[in-house]
Amino acid sequence: MSLRDGPFQDIRIPLTWTAAIALIVAAVIGVAILLGDRRGTVQAQAFGATRSVADSLARPAGEALSAPVRWTGDAVDYVEGYFFAVSENRRLHAQIRALEQSRDQAVALTNENGRLRAILGLRTEPPIPMVAAHVISDSRGPFANSRLADAGREKGVAVGNPVMSEHGLVGRVVGVAEGVSRVLMVTDVASRTPVMIDRTGARAILTGDGGPSPKLAYLRGMDPVKVGDRVLTSGDGGVLPRGLPVGTVVTGLGGDWRVRLDADDGPIDFVRILEFTDFSQLASQPALNQAEPPPLSRAEQAELAARLAAAEARPTPPAASGARPAAAPKSPSSAPTLAAEKPTGAKPSGAKPAPAAKPKAAKPPPAIAP
Amino acid sequence: MTLISATQRLDPWRWLGLPSLICIAATVVFATPVKIFGLQAPEPVFPIALAFAWAVIRPSVLAPFALLALGLFLDVFWGGPVGLWPLSLLAAYATIVSVRRVLSGLGWWGLGAWYLVAAAVAMGAGLTVTVLTASNAPSLIGIGWQYLASLALFPFAHRLIQRFEDADVRFR
Repeated sequence: MSLRDGPFQDIRIPLTWTAAIALIVAAVIGVAILLGDRRGTVQAQAFGATRSVADSLARPAGEALSAPVRWTGDAVDYVEGYFFAVSENRRLHAQIRALEQSRDQAVALTNENGRLRAILGLRTEPPIPMVAAHVISDSRGPFANSRLADAGREKGVAVGNPVMSEHGLVGRVVGVAEGVSRVLMVTDVASRTPVMIDRTGARAILTGDGGPSPKLAYLRGMDPVKVGDRVLTSGDGGVLPRGLPVGTVVTGLGGDWRVRLDADDGPIDFVRILEFTDFSQLASQPALNQAEPPPLSRAEQAELAARLAAAEARPTPPAASGARPAAAPKSPSSAPTLAAEKPTGAKPSGAKPAPAAKPKAAKPPPAIAP
Repeated sequence: MTLISATQRLDPWRWLGLPSLICIAATVVFATPVKIFGLQAPEPVFPIALAFAWAVIRPSVLAPFALLALGLFLDVFWGGPVGLWPLSLLAAYATIVSVRRVLSGLGWWGLGAWYLVAAAVAMGAGLTVTVLTASNAPSLIGIGWQYLASLALFPFAHRLIQRFEDADVRFR
């Protein structure tokens, strides 16, 4: 005789209660997992082995599904190119004319920029290597905005690397596995990106909310922004390089400042992952302080001796004036001297001063020479 | 449509396993990066249909854990905070299970109305969890779009209910 026969045939409570207990246990597990999750940080270990394995498993499926989409897009582009060749040709001619003017300006500005950097003794960041990748999976809901790109650890991609489309900033890498990396979009609700307004230099934090146009939060200054202003990455914090194009300022439905992303101007099927490293953060200050200064040339020794003699011969300013110690005169002839005194502290605005700029107190002046 | 008769055993694989696999496959397919005329494909939450249908069919020990696994899959696959969708799906499931007696005998429109409630509970739970974890409220417009896309899955939930609701005579 089974339990369903006889006196037990109408018993429903035990199963209902068991189901309720199972529901509670599952909810408790869910809460525990949620509390243990550390998504949105730039720490590599936060991504977790589970997510890495899942992304690696999702890669072949994503590639298989996205390849036909890409082929279809290429075919459509081919047909469009055939039918719209004349209008495309006219548009490209106009674009070439505009770009020729920009090229001339760029040549002049590059030349002037190089001379000014030489005068000021600026140290510039080296060129940033890039990795191109296909987007093979895309989540675009209000609670998660991320993509999978088919370039991973084997190509040098690291957590924190900025990701761009051909038009502008897309996001940053939050997880890397073999052959695949997870990109957190700037529109994700957990994304915070330090940006600046190109016109005013005002700083803000670009805060995603799952919608297409992220918010500008923590804007500072009087009237720091207006509709149509260009928004660039500020480089603050050292996670992203300075000056990457982000978008254009618009007003949201609630009157708040938002950014229309440049990346929305086209499909994000290809991305560029910038293997950016903040070199000012890589420098080891103790190692720099322990290193012996490079030897001086005869000309530098003579110049240094002359400067020391001039400094000793200069009268001491009165102590009651509260003025700073005498600074070198700001004349064109003194520019090389200034460059020699502050070889590393004059990075472009917004960039962090290099740790090497702080000499040891007991060292003679040659210790601060580049 | 082939209905399960009362004499047939309600196999967990048929009413829990296979629908779960279909939901996972559909989620992967809908994550393909497609943009047509500047518009992206919708991103419905397929397991919401299961959370509703499983609660209507019968109380179960396995269903909450199946929803937990499906939610974890969504979080890992979509790259969201792990734990968001398990709690959201379980909230919807718990809501419908608690009013199961009210749902008995309802037709398409009646069940549809309760499906609206279940999807709203899931989205509301997702909103709450996101606000608590990210300290930032997601876009209500975005939530609205995902809610509408998920509502379109009701026919699938209704079909699943019709197929299995009479399978266990104790829970008719």
